[in-house]
Amino acid sequence: MHYNFNTDNPRGLRSAAPSISLEQVSFTYPGAQIFHSLNFTIAGGQWTCLIGPSGCGKSTLLRLISGTLHEGLSGVIRFDDGYDRQGRTAWMAQKDLLLPWLNVVDNVCLGARLRHEMSDQKQKRAISLLEDAGLGDYIHALPSALSGGMRQRVALLRTLMEERSIILMDEPFSALDALTRLKLQDLAAKLVGGATVLMVTHDPLEALRLGHSVYVMTGRPARLSDPLIPPGIPPRNPGDPAVISMQAELIERLERRETP
Amino acid sequence: MKFIRPMVILFGLIAVWQTIVMVSGVPPYILPGPVKVVEAAVSHAGLLFDNAVTTVLEIIAGLLIGTIWGALNALFMIEFRALKRWLLPVLVISQAIPVFALAPLLVLWLGYGMSSKIAMAVLIIFFPVTAAFYDGLRSTEPEWLELAQVMNARPIAVIRHIRIPAALPAFASGLRVATAVAPIGAVVGEWVGSSKGLGFYMLYTNARMQIDVMFAALAVLCIVALTLYFIVDRMMTKLVFWQKEENIKEKNNR
Repeated sequence: MHYNFNTDNPRGLRSAAPSISLEQVSFTYPGAQIFHSLNFTIAGGQWTCLIGPSGCGKSTLLRLISGTLHEGLSGVIRFDDGYDRQGRTAWMAQKDLLLPWLNVVDNVCLGARLRHEMSDQKQKRAISLLEDAGLGDYIHALPSALSGGMRQRVALLRTLMEERSIILMDEPFSALDALTRLKLQDLAAKLVGGATVLMVTHDPLEALRLGHSVYVMTGRPARLSDPLIPPGIPPRNPGDPAVISMQAELIERLERRETP
Repeated sequence: MKFIRPMVILFGLIAVWQTIVMVSGVPPYILPGPVKVVEAAVSHAGLLFDNAVTTVLEIIAGLLIGTIWGALNALFMIEFRALKRWLLPVLVISQAIPVFALAPLLVLWLGYGMSSKIAMAVLIIFFPVTAAFYDGLRSTEPEWLELAQVMNARPIAVIRHIRIPAALPAFASGLRVATAVAPIGAVVGEWVGSSKGLGFYMLYTNARMQIDVMFAALAVLCIVALTLYFIVDRMMTKLVFWQKEENIKEKNNR
């Protein structure tokens, strides 16, 4: 692990990243049943990727796990270490969601600020994270001075700064160009350490590079496939023959699912 | 070009004015020419200045109180949903009554001094501020709020660090509008009843047929209003500093 994650928040310790269990989860939007009796276990301390067509409920699943969405939910979502779900997750979205009036380091420290937990120590840690991520020259710059890739890097660091044992990612790299995306994937894989990661993506290659296991989600109500388990340790080389052959299989699964 | 254009416009208008006076042969007690007005301004400089100070103070006090009152209204309506349902109709009713119609009452209640004029200005100013700021507070990017929720943010911190800054551009445009209309409140108040201020001085000189001095007072009022607007405009640009940067970036990308 690259960083030492011992913090003043014992529940954030990465060593004990819990798995997430969904039991008989149903969720209904007005007029549409998104999930019906869904059972799903997300392995603790691993990187799980969810892939599927737009609008199938991938983002909804993340919101249900983070707790920002709970009306219309039935069934049980729990973390298997027995602690409450409140305040256990960090969230990274497709948009970087940087606040344009805060400079880069203040954006990285946003969570601490919003919880009134800001300290010099936190500030220093944010600065060292930024320096390690190659953003040392932009610590006091406003987000508007940064390129898209740099902004998303800052968003990644803001997510890591939360030191949560569960990280939920909603297509975090999809708005970036191919090369920047690969670099950011590597950085993310390096930095998340032993956290439990659930990442939603559209990109089969991304899922196969980063996931310990990859699930295909399709249909309404949404169903999950059996997991694909790519060999080797992420982040995998995009040219890896195993990754390439699995990519073909994954695309085939997606196509098969889309034509009922 | 930034300074040349307004100058050209100004001198162009003055030239048109002078031409109308010369060609039409209107008597100076109806429309004095620019030269006569400048002469009157110089000879009455002391009185004009005294009265301008009163009006400026009224406008500034009105702007300060109106802005604070307007901003607080917006914050209360966002924080307390129940209060909003009661406050919003009251605010709309308060704007349905023309402030001009209230002027005599305010003078009756608050007297001939500055307070009735400040009250007028406040009544005119607070509403655009409230409306714009409330709109800004209400339309915070939902994903920012969701992120804050996942971060376990304290509600007060969300208001302070996310909602208020996100609403500042809207607040700034509300305040710009408010600044543009602020002099109306003060001057109308002075017309209805006062013994000082540019509005009063205009009526006074009008009654004494000193039309050139009246025009000079009008010109001073114009300068006051414009100066105030540019100062506020500058301050607002500084307040939403990140927007300026974004604009610059947009221009560079083009």
